[in-house]
Amino acid sequence: MKMIKQQMFAIACAIGLALPMASAHAEVDKHARNLAASCAACHGTNGHSVGGTPLLAGLDKGLFVSAMKDFKSGARPATVMHQHAKGYTDKEFEMLADFFAAQKR
Amino acid sequence: MSLDRRDFLKLSAAGIALGVFPGCATSGGEIVRKKGQRVVIVGGGFGGATAAKYIRMWSNNQIEVVLIERNATFVSCPMSNTVLGGSRTIADLTQGYDTLKKKYGIEMVRGEVTAIDPQKQTVMLADGYLSYDRLIIAPGVDFNFGKIEGLSAKVAEQSVPHAWKAGAQTVMLRKQMESMRDGGVFAISIPKMPYRCPPGPYERACQVAFYLKNNKPKSKVLVLDANPDIVSKKGLFTAAWKDLYPGMVEYRPNAMVVQVDPAGNIAKTEFEDIKADVLNVIPPMKAGAVANMAGVVNVDNNWCAVDFLSYESSAQKNIHVIGDAVSAPLPKSGHMATSQAKVCAAAVIELLQGQAPDQNPTIANTCYSMVSGSEAVHVANVYRFNAEKRAMVAAEGGGVSAQRSEVEAMLANYWLKNIMDDVLM
Repeated sequence: MKMIKQQMFAIACAIGLALPMASAHAEVDKHARNLAASCAACHGTNGHSVGGTPLLAGLDKGLFVSAMKDFKSGARPATVMHQHAKGYTDKEFEMLADFFAAQKR
Repeated sequence: MSLDRRDFLKLSAAGIALGVFPGCATSGGEIVRKKGQRVVIVGGGFGGATAAKYIRMWSNNQIEVVLIERNATFVSCPMSNTVLGGSRTIADLTQGYDTLKKKYGIEMVRGEVTAIDPQKQTVMLADGYLSYDRLIIAPGVDFNFGKIEGLSAKVAEQSVPHAWKAGAQTVMLRKQMESMRDGGVFAISIPKMPYRCPPGPYERACQVAFYLKNNKPKSKVLVLDANPDIVSKKGLFTAAWKDLYPGMVEYRPNAMVVQVDPAGNIAKTEFEDIKADVLNVIPPMKAGAVANMAGVVNVDNNWCAVDFLSYESSAQKNIHVIGDAVSAPLPKSGHMATSQAKVCAAAVIELLQGQAPDQNPTIANTCYSMVSGSEAVHVANVYRFNAEKRAMVAAEGGGVSAQRSEVEAMLANYWLKNIMDDVLM
């Protein structure tokens, strides 16, 4: 009986934790999608560049984040991207990276 | 008295018929029958076309979208100054709306809006009406011709083009320049801010000088600016004028044109009369006329105040305004119109689903100017919603090019290619 109660408690906790996380995750995704939408003017809808600029769709998350951080710090020289990178937080780099990494090439 | 089945059908038909004539302003019925939740968008420029595509895309085609546009094709205003310089033609900047229709299922309605009823939530056209759950107005700009004596829409079409909407007037201005004598004066008049595309007039001075230098090198470009100084990319433009077109471009601040004499090609400021060979007067601007019909013009009699979380008008419920017509410390640019359109699209979907829109919209703008046939400069900025001010505020770190370059001209081409695709394909 005690075992069952403990198990049920554990399941309830898991559900209790999982539910808000799931909904929070969905919110984060939509905000990331909205953030990423501004990039389309140069990098194409959902990062599918149709010419010239780097393809962001399907780009490895680590590569995206490190590139943005380097643009922001000035470690990586740029004509335009350093000015955009400085406008976003490191957390937003992560969100953008997750969004673009999830886009099929 | 009992109704038989036939009478009942007759009465139903009458009821339906009454239902489709909500006002006397319309001669026809509903142009496209509304089946579910619907957004009507007026204006198929950068803002309106983007909103149409993104509402379909982000709602998984669950929300009906009707896009009303007066022109048969989309012509990009950005980069249209290069038609004057000669590195592009208007055809290069023109694209159809077919993909929006076929790929995204957007109902395209070609026509002029004649009235809007915010209470009944209907948009009237000459041949019928369209009802909406939410309306997005993307009217771009219209011109306050009345502020310049002697100027009118007709005069602009016939002899003193503004060429501030890419198309027929752009081509006409190029032709006027082609037939100008060597040693002539090409005068550009710039209105007071705010106007569409702040760097545009200075880019135009570059493109005209580029053409004249190669074809009529004794000629001059005279820039009459109603503003006290160059309003955008100042150092870059003055350097381009000095280095690339020495002695050709003359800039005069605080030179507001108040009158034109089209017959004599004369522009008058408060201080002097200027005789030009080609006269290009860019008139003061305001939100496109559709904004007046919707009753959403509430800033200085010219522009529209909105809630930056949704772009819903502060004057009318369920009516949103995007692009150049919006009153904000945001540049009136093509990229900005698309960025606003996406915030609006996301919010409209959320609102129709009974949810709150994204509370932290963050958008970007990149704007290139071609200073010759092969070199460009830019300004780039990120803008964030400030909850305290309930306004969009420029984020830190934005700015302009270090110097003009050929690399940026390539980037400008990539920008045009990608943004046209993002808006229309």
